[in-house]
Amino acid sequence: MLKFALLGVSLSMIGFLYRLIKGPSVPDRVIALDAMGINLIAIVALASIVMDTSAYLEAILLLGILSFIGTVAFAKFLEKGEIIEDDRNR
Amino acid sequence: MTAIVEILSALFLLMGVFLFLVSAFGIIRLPDVYTRNHAASKSSTLGIMFILIGTLLYFYYEHGHFDFRVVLAIIFIFMTSPVAGHLIMRSAYHTGVKMWDRSVQDDLKKTR
Repeated sequence: MLKFALLGVSLSMIGFLYRLIKGPSVPDRVIALDAMGINLIAIVALASIVMDTSAYLEAILLLGILSFIGTVAFAKFLEKGEIIEDDRNR
Repeated sequence: MTAIVEILSALFLLMGVFLFLVSAFGIIRLPDVYTRNHAASKSSTLGIMFILIGTLLYFYYEHGHFDFRVVLAIIFIFMTSPVAGHLIMRSAYHTGVKMWDRSVQDDLKKTR
């Protein structure tokens, strides 16, 4: 059962990778990258069940935080052209 | 009791994988960036909820400890993933990505 679950998650990862490479606009690619981050969390959770250890569960939290911050940074860069602004009146 | 929790955990994992497959199908097939975000953001979030709940139940019945890191991850992803989807859609609209030519309604156009 777990092997099938890992296979399904990997197949959906391939689907996201297709959109990441082909995607006609930049937000398409960012959406695919965000979904791949979520997908990677699922793979880590399933792998920690397969190896029967709870040592990887911090990695889930870290991947979630990094994926969210990456998407927010991409969104702000696309909209304003810079990520960390010095000027406060904008 | 253990068998019930085990079956429940397997069921949650399989439902999560099914939702991930639905999400990948949507992100390949749907026509423009807004509908694709609809597929990627919503069903991926629900899929990761199911998979993490399955993981939580697995570690509960197998090792007998209720792992709070997974609960923390569930809460965090449940809060942040729709926000990330909304932000990237907002930047896509403001940078002028075209909608699908058969979409009928654009409520943000009059606020520009």
